[in-house]
Amino acid sequence: MILVLLVCLPFVGSLAAVVLLRTDSRVLAARMAGAVTFVALVLTAVLYPSVRDGGKVRLDLEWLPQLGLNVTLRMDGFAWLFAMLVTGIGFLVVLYARYYMSEEDPVPRFFSFLLAFMGSMLGIVLSGNIILLSVFWELTSIFSFLLISYWHNNAAARDGARMALTITGIGGFCLLAGLLVLGHIVGSYDLDVVLASGDLIKAHPLYLTALVLILIGALTKSAQVPFHFWLPNAMAAPTPVSAYLHSATMVKAGVFLLVRFWPALSGTYEWFMLVGIAGISTLILGAYFAMFQQDLKGLLAYSTISHLGLITTLLSLGSPLAAVAAIFHMMNHATFKASLFMAAGIIDHETGTRDMRRLSGLLKYLPITGTLAMVASAAMAGVPLLNGFISKEMFFAEAVETHADSVLDRILPYVATLAGAFSVAYSLRFIHMVFFGPPPTDLPKPKPHEPPHWMRFPIEFLVLACLVVGIIPSLSIGPFLHSAVISVLGDRTPEYSLAIWHGINTPLIMSLIALVGGAALYVVMKDYLAKCDNGPPLFRHLGGQRIFERVLVTVSWKWARWLESNLGTRHLQPQLRLVAAAGFLAGAVSLYLAGFSPKPLAFKDVDPIFAAVWAIGAFCALGAAYQAKYHRLAALVLLGGAGITTCITFVWLSAPDLAITQLVVEIVTTVLLLLGLRWLPKRSEKVDNSVSFSARSRRFRDFLLAISCGFGMFLFSYAIMTQPVPDAIASYFLDKAYSEGGGRNVVNVILVDFRGFDTMGEIAVLAIVALTVFALLRRFRPAPDSIEKPEQQRIQNAFDAERPERSAGDTVRDYLLVPSVIMQWMFPVIATFAVYLFLRGHDLPGGGFAAGITMAIAFLLQYLAGGVRWAEDRLRILPLRWMGFGLIMAAATGMGAWLLGYPFLTTHSQYIEVPFIGKVPAASALLFDLGVFSLVVGATVLILIALAHQSVRMHRVRGLDAPKAEEN
Amino acid sequence: MSHTILSWAMVFAQICLVLAMALAALRMARGPRAQDRVLALDTLYVNSMLLLMVFGIRTGKVIYFEASLVIGMLGFVATVALAKFLMRGEVIE
Repeated sequence: MILVLLVCLPFVGSLAAVVLLRTDSRVLAARMAGAVTFVALVLTAVLYPSVRDGGKVRLDLEWLPQLGLNVTLRMDGFAWLFAMLVTGIGFLVVLYARYYMSEEDPVPRFFSFLLAFMGSMLGIVLSGNIILLSVFWELTSIFSFLLISYWHNNAAARDGARMALTITGIGGFCLLAGLLVLGHIVGSYDLDVVLASGDLIKAHPLYLTALVLILIGALTKSAQVPFHFWLPNAMAAPTPVSAYLHSATMVKAGVFLLVRFWPALSGTYEWFMLVGIAGISTLILGAYFAMFQQDLKGLLAYSTISHLGLITTLLSLGSPLAAVAAIFHMMNHATFKASLFMAAGIIDHETGTRDMRRLSGLLKYLPITGTLAMVASAAMAGVPLLNGFISKEMFFAEAVETHADSVLDRILPYVATLAGAFSVAYSLRFIHMVFFGPPPTDLPKPKPHEPPHWMRFPIEFLVLACLVVGIIPSLSIGPFLHSAVISVLGDRTPEYSLAIWHGINTPLIMSLIALVGGAALYVVMKDYLAKCDNGPPLFRHLGGQRIFERVLVTVSWKWARWLESNLGTRHLQPQLRLVAAAGFLAGAVSLYLAGFSPKPLAFKDVDPIFAAVWAIGAFCALGAAYQAKYHRLAALVLLGGAGITTCITFVWLSAPDLAITQLVVEIVTTVLLLLGLRWLPKRSEKVDNSVSFSARSRRFRDFLLAISCGFGMFLFSYAIMTQPVPDAIASYFLDKAYSEGGGRNVVNVILVDFRGFDTMGEIAVLAIVALTVFALLRRFRPAPDSIEKPEQQRIQNAFDAERPERSAGDTVRDYLLVPSVIMQWMFPVIATFAVYLFLRGHDLPGGGFAAGITMAIAFLLQYLAGGVRWAEDRLRILPLRWMGFGLIMAAATGMGAWLLGYPFLTTHSQYIEVPFIGKVPAASALLFDLGVFSLVVGATVLILIALAHQSVRMHRVRGLDAPKAEEN
Repeated sequence: MSHTILSWAMVFAQICLVLAMALAALRMARGPRAQDRVLALDTLYVNSMLLLMVFGIRTGKVIYFEASLVIGMLGFVATVALAKFLMRGEVIE
């Protein structure tokens, strides 16, 4: 239970920082974040007794046990050590950031991201299910992206963040694939099972696939060559982020993963070669690049890359002792590198620059910070009596040993010594250039001074840790390290000693050579380094970064453009043609494959009246299609004719409620189309009417397509309707509608009860569509020739204007006098009818949908009668409120079932005796139907009003345009 | 006897109504003026309403009158909108 709390607490804190703390106070957010991290630290610390000596804490929450996907959290010694690192350094970083962040920055956002990152990192560490692990892995990539781009008005921050996300995102994807393969090999996604089946994995033919994919994930995260270049670019982040994510925790996730899967994957030749080559080249290249950096954080970033390479190299060796050294060095590196980053942040904060060419002689101004940085650098260089020395000695000892005899193995001691010398050189350079020499001359902030004490405290604490671990290792870190080692290695735990003095042996000599050689190297190159450009010679213009950018431009710009221009089209006609053709082919091919053969047509039992109605309908439909291009109004009228015959058909085939719904929809559609017709451009007489051959062939092709689609649909429907109705789900609904849904109108019961969840989704879609139409129409610009008032209005207004006794608008008022009175009187009648349709819907034709549209028609009539201004002066219609009420009503009805312990949308029905009206059905589905009703009214009215408002709006646009026209 | 008369009357009524609908549809297609088309649509609506009434009488079910009620009460809305469109050039000002 503590584990769940531990993982959730940072996320809760993160949400709280965003949602609750909308203050300008940076202290409040920092205090909250500090409290959260401190509680997490304490929670982790109290778990120690249960993970000591190979103990484990485990928590299983079943989610999809059929697929092996469970929320499993587990903590062993290694996870505990890492969790302590994450929470402990997290707390120090929060403390530091409290003073580092400036007043102008949106501080709550920073702490929110930082806490969320901490939660994800703890998630990686504590995951007991490998899929869960990859989810948290992705989360760290995302929060790293957000934190790097925290100063998002800075281009370097944006680019660095994007690069980091791209690289680690690709890695995360590969990791997921690799873990899926691993799960497939083992047959379980449970981490404990995976770790226990190392032999099975290594013998499996898919071992190499899984290994390569997982390694890509781990190496991208830990910035190993050739994926290292994102880390220096990520230094555009605020320094607390660099200290926390990019030295102490997130980049350690990669090596953490390698250690975690070390028992299951390591020890093979492939492992040694892949991990070893990456590790050794990173170790040496990182150290070499670090020497030539002019940016303080750049130097530290490359040094981090190099140290991560060291850990990777150790893990590649496959020997238990090397694994111990790797775990130990992970801890040591986190302590000294985080403190160095914080020191670099203080220098940046106090002087305003991180460029080593401009910094010098700062020891006079920053004596305490300088001393602390010196100790931390010494630990980084591997000077005796500091923690870096011990783990480096262990590394040298392992480098000398022969593990898998190969060239790689034989050159390792020399590479290790050389990298050691480089690291001494850059550590020395960091200290010498920044803190010694003449006083600085051109600093952006001329008078640097010591920062507030609590800003320095995290560095003091970490440096103290370096010293304590360096002097009395077995008394300080010893027992914790031992629990971690046991939890990873199990029975293979080797004998190791954390002593400082092992006598004069090869590793010590290598250390001495590295120290002396590094110092000599720095002395020789000092003058060159003080002036040279940023970056190492030879490699300055050649880097992963350039290749990365090239690839990105090619893929996301050139290829995307090519695809768009070759496969895409912006014309409506080809798109529609493709959709129709694809639809036809999909239907035809699948029917053909299923052995479909059309039946011969047979005319028998034909009702001549019904046939005649159909003939009229078909005639109207054909006429509408024929007239659609040039006589829109005629086409619309004919469409109305086809619609009414459809309604008659529904009645004839005993579907009265369909008929009612179709009728009201028909009416609203006609008005909607008419509203739109006003804004369509007029027919242009100037268009060349001579038809080219290509246009003719295109029309012929479209005609053929239309005929085939229509004929196909006809054959299809005919085949289905002449089949005997199979005893399918329909009879179930007929049986159960009254007994379980409490309604006799089966269609309505299906809509609001049996398939209530579908209806819920559909009304949500309707709401979205209405809002989209509304939003699109707000920016609507009609064709220039339809902006003007229609001809009829101009004539009528001119008539009014000519006669002094008439005022503007009199003509239309006279014309509409009688109809408008009737239309106004119809309002209550239609509203009553809507209520009637709604109430009887559960048992007889009607229901929320039809009633909603009827109500919308009542509103529409008022607009028709008096115009927008008249109607809105008298009626306050708030379509958005109607829609909101409808959605809430429907959802609340569904959720009401929870209160009584039933699943979502369970309904209850009974009859209530109402005075004067009699028995009224009162199913809870009625409330749901009320939601449907309200939403339909809102959505329909919203669309109608949005269209109707265009003429008022255009009136205003015309008014604005008129003065402009005069100016021209 | 009365049943026979009634059934013949209904057949006659249906034939007449369908004929009227066909003529209305013809007018809708041919025009010549837009006003003729709108009027024809209204005629088609009224005839449909009556056809549904006759259908209801023939089957003896009250439930089909509902649709006639809807046409009777709301069918004029489409006609009004079309007429307004012809008169003013737009439906809602």
